[in-house]
Amino acid sequence: MGPLVLLIVLVVVAAWVIAAYNGLIALKNQTLNAFKQIDVQLKRRHDLIPNLVNAVRGAMDFEKSTLEAVIQARNQAVKVNATGPEGIKQISQAENALSSALQRLMVVVEQYPQLRATGNIGQLQEELTSTENKVAFARQLYNDTATQYNTKQQQFPTSLVAGLAKAQPADLWEIEDQGEKAVPQVDLSLKPKT
Amino acid sequence: MSDAGPLNLFQQQEANRRRTVVLVVGFVAFFAWLGFGGDYIYYLFSRDAPRYAYHHTFPWFGIVLSLGAAAIAWYGYRTGPQKVLWSTGAREIVEPQSDTERQLVNVVEEMAIAAGVPRPRIWIVDDPDPNAFATGTDPQHSHIAVTQGLLDLCTRDELQGVVAHELGHVKNLDVRLMTMLAALVGAVALMHDGTSRVLRPGGGSSDERKPSPLVLILLVVWIVSWILAPIIAQLLALGVSRKREYLADAMSAQFTRNPLALASALQKIEGAEAPTTHIKRGAAHLCIADPLGRRLTSHEGVFADALATHPPMAKRIAILRGMGYAQLKQERH
Repeated sequence: MGPLVLLIVLVVVAAWVIAAYNGLIALKNQTLNAFKQIDVQLKRRHDLIPNLVNAVRGAMDFEKSTLEAVIQARNQAVKVNATGPEGIKQISQAENALSSALQRLMVVVEQYPQLRATGNIGQLQEELTSTENKVAFARQLYNDTATQYNTKQQQFPTSLVAGLAKAQPADLWEIEDQGEKAVPQVDLSLKPKT
Repeated sequence: MSDAGPLNLFQQQEANRRRTVVLVVGFVAFFAWLGFGGDYIYYLFSRDAPRYAYHHTFPWFGIVLSLGAAAIAWYGYRTGPQKVLWSTGAREIVEPQSDTERQLVNVVEEMAIAAGVPRPRIWIVDDPDPNAFATGTDPQHSHIAVTQGLLDLCTRDELQGVVAHELGHVKNLDVRLMTMLAALVGAVALMHDGTSRVLRPGGGSSDERKPSPLVLILLVVWIVSWILAPIIAQLLALGVSRKREYLADAMSAQFTRNPLALASALQKIEGAEAPTTHIKRGAAHLCIADPLGRRLTSHEGVFADALATHPPMAKRIAILRGMGYAQLKQERH
């Protein structure tokens, strides 16, 4: 009787360890995959910006500085050589700068109704909005997945196998408020804020 | 982040997988009952027939009907999404032609990223009434269709909320169960129409011998099953879709972080007068808002509550508003 009980307990414990370990590994891979998704979207944005800038350059002769800022921020972001969740601080800094530069551009476009009247600009705005949204949603998915992963590996009793699964807390993608505060949000269109 | 609460995605996926299997097994079993039941009744009737007359000893009906049901289920699984889309007359957007189409494609791409699923194929139904539905067998093979009316009526944010709701259905595998159900409901309706024409007593063979009461009871139950089949199928469709609308609303809020946009989209959809004529009864339970609901409520009164495929819109809007205001409060502090 005794050995049998012991055996059952052992089997149950082993089954739990395997399940917890596999759960952590699955979450770890999901987190990595979610990070790849951000990368994909950022690359897409980097490729898109030169085209966008060329498209508006003619129409926006008077806002050279805004365009320059976008180009510069873009080149900075492309230069960042870090990869993977480890380099997240570096990447996010450069990308946040680019985001705020793009936002400024969008604000400028909003401010000049005659700009928006040309068909090209409408498409451009849609593309810009979509690109920014894609980056934001990829970031959101990463942060959600990473939070889940972090919570799981810190919670008892899963924390006991965290070492076995080589689980490290993943850094979240912070959105810096300073960048956004620096943008003068002038909106005279009386449209409801999203 | 935790606004939408723990959604228990995996449990929901598991439940949907299981329910799809139960549905298919139940479907085949039901036809087996009709077939073998018929065989048995025929056997009892022909048992006492004279020696030279036909004796029904081999259960042909049962075997044919069971195999037929299994084949229909398999066929439904393989072609269900195409059939559903075909029945609504949707056209696929391959290359966006206009600004609105471009925007729809962008919005779907954004939401697919937020949901972490591959981008579904995108379809437009040329119907002026705002509505949307999703179909498919899993996230890798999924379709999202919206009506032209929805595109015309909704702002970008509202469209985003609606698309996110549909992707919620895709991600938690609601689409598999609901598409399967649509395929099977359609098959039952079709077969019922066809077979009741065959079964209708043409020349009743005058039988002097009275059949035993057991046979009569069996016969009655069997006939009732035939008559009830489409109704049972309909009720299944109703029960299956109501609760999951709330869950998909919550998932939409989780993906967009903007429950108020979906709330205002639902309000616009509810406010639109016309029913969605392109979407027939068989696919009604797939839609974000009941395409037939208004007819139901106006004609059948009390039954509307029991027969609606969708939960009351006012309640869904209230829940979404609640989420939205909770979020605003959090941000302010």
